[in-house]
Amino acid sequence: MGNSSSMLTQYDIEEVQGHCNHAFSQQEIVSLYQRFCQLDRSSGGFISADEFLSVPEFAVNPLAQRLLRTVDGLNFKEFVAFLSAFSPRATLQQKIEFIFKLYDSDGKGSVSYKDILDVLRDLTGHFISEEQREQVLKQVLEEAGYRKDSSLVFADFVKILGNPGLKMEVEVPVD
Amino acid sequence: MSDPGKLNTSSSELDLDRPNIEDYLPSGASIHEPHGQLRLRDLLDISPTLTEAAGAIIDDSFTRCFKSNPPEPWNWNVYLFPLWCCGVVVRYGILFPVRVIVLTIGWIIFLSAYIPVHVLLKGHDKLRKKIERYLVELICSFFVASWTGVVKYHGPRPSMRPKQVFVSNHTSMIDFIVLEQMTPFAVIMQKHPGWVGLLQSTILDSLGCIWFNRSEAKDRETVAKKLRDHVQGSDNNPLLIFPEGTCVNNHYTVMFKKGAFELGCTVCPIAVKYNKIFVDAFWNSRKQSFTMHLLQLMTSWAVVCDVWYLEPQTLKPGETAIEFAERVRDIISVRAGLKKVPWDGYLKYSRPSPKHRELK
Repeated sequence: MGNSSSMLTQYDIEEVQGHCNHAFSQQEIVSLYQRFCQLDRSSGGFISADEFLSVPEFAVNPLAQRLLRTVDGLNFKEFVAFLSAFSPRATLQQKIEFIFKLYDSDGKGSVSYKDILDVLRDLTGHFISEEQREQVLKQVLEEAGYRKDSSLVFADFVKILGNPGLKMEVEVPVD
Repeated sequence: MSDPGKLNTSSSELDLDRPNIEDYLPSGASIHEPHGQLRLRDLLDISPTLTEAAGAIIDDSFTRCFKSNPPEPWNWNVYLFPLWCCGVVVRYGILFPVRVIVLTIGWIIFLSAYIPVHVLLKGHDKLRKKIERYLVELICSFFVASWTGVVKYHGPRPSMRPKQVFVSNHTSMIDFIVLEQMTPFAVIMQKHPGWVGLLQSTILDSLGCIWFNRSEAKDRETVAKKLRDHVQGSDNNPLLIFPEGTCVNNHYTVMFKKGAFELGCTVCPIAVKYNKIFVDAFWNSRKQSFTMHLLQLMTSWAVVCDVWYLEPQTLKPGETAIEFAERVRDIISVRAGLKKVPWDGYLKYSRPSPKHRELK
């Protein structure tokens, strides 16, 4: 895949499409490539954290730093695979998996009380005190039948978030 | 990551520069939902925030402001291609040299009149200023002629009165030239390097122009004071400000800086809209230098634009400077057919501070 030219070959598009499990149509992949080139200002073939943060709408998002951990330095194929969870064609399973991976910062396959607290802190910041946060989390966990020191696995997430489903979609503009 | 350190230093600068965003983002949502109804699902479901983040990655309104859409190439078939080639020959071979000659003549006339006047009439300030104003208007007209500029002015000509400022949307440095050929404005501009900077420090200085430097944080206060002094003087040229702070691609307007609106004067809005069919006048300062931009204009067919002088506005009782700025931005955007975008132009150069993130 050329990094400075904006031409994708048909072969490239099909390879990317396969890699993201056909989450996007070929037109959408072309649009995403244009966007990728637009963001990748240094033409290095990947978007650095800096280049992501130059989009103010992204930089003010509370979960930006967390997302950057996953998305920093991705090449185009991986970029599309990353975004595939947001395609309307993605399954509920894929969306929950995306969220799970975001919580599970050490990649061990389980989400601890601390992990959830970290994400909550990112989202709420100064608006609640640390104590209130811990209290709310503890209480809500107990009501759902989990203890403070239990860790959640993927199946738990599916159970909790599965009904009635998640709305997590973005539309890729195709001109 | 080197980012945390970098963000810290830039946020202190940003504090001085841009209080804008905080006033516009919705104030922190109350998260104190009644405990009885808060379930684990609500806490774990971060999908709305993630959707916003992904949406921003895929397309965001800020980058769109600075995108220069290349026109569709229409010279692709057997009949049109030779026509286009002829066009190129005419533009580069005939028009361009003629324009260069026109511009050179203009400069010769200007300099041969300006330098003596500037030096010899040092004692007679009023007369000197009058002649200098006229000469600057003249050289601007030459510039506009060198791009075959067709400018339609609508509305009453600005008059020289104290306690008024003019604000306009900004697409390129040529905005200033287009407006200046009609009225000798004093402008507040970023100090540029190179030959433009030279022009700034010599000729434009005599008009009473004010310079600032984006990268210096303390600069803001000194500039604010200079602005205030300028508008008080009745003999000074009317002040022209581009409150967007940066060049935008003439389809959108970014947020206005409130500095122009807290001077306690009437604000006269000016709307400038270029006709893209002839040439895209947007100066993407990241992509090309001003010299290249001028050359591009001089090798196009024409620069066609409309300039509307709109009704002067004053601060309404109970209105803040920011609301005033937004109201004027609205007037200008509606007149010129531009879309409004809630972002600060300076985000082109720096990052939103962590404070804005937390507010979200």
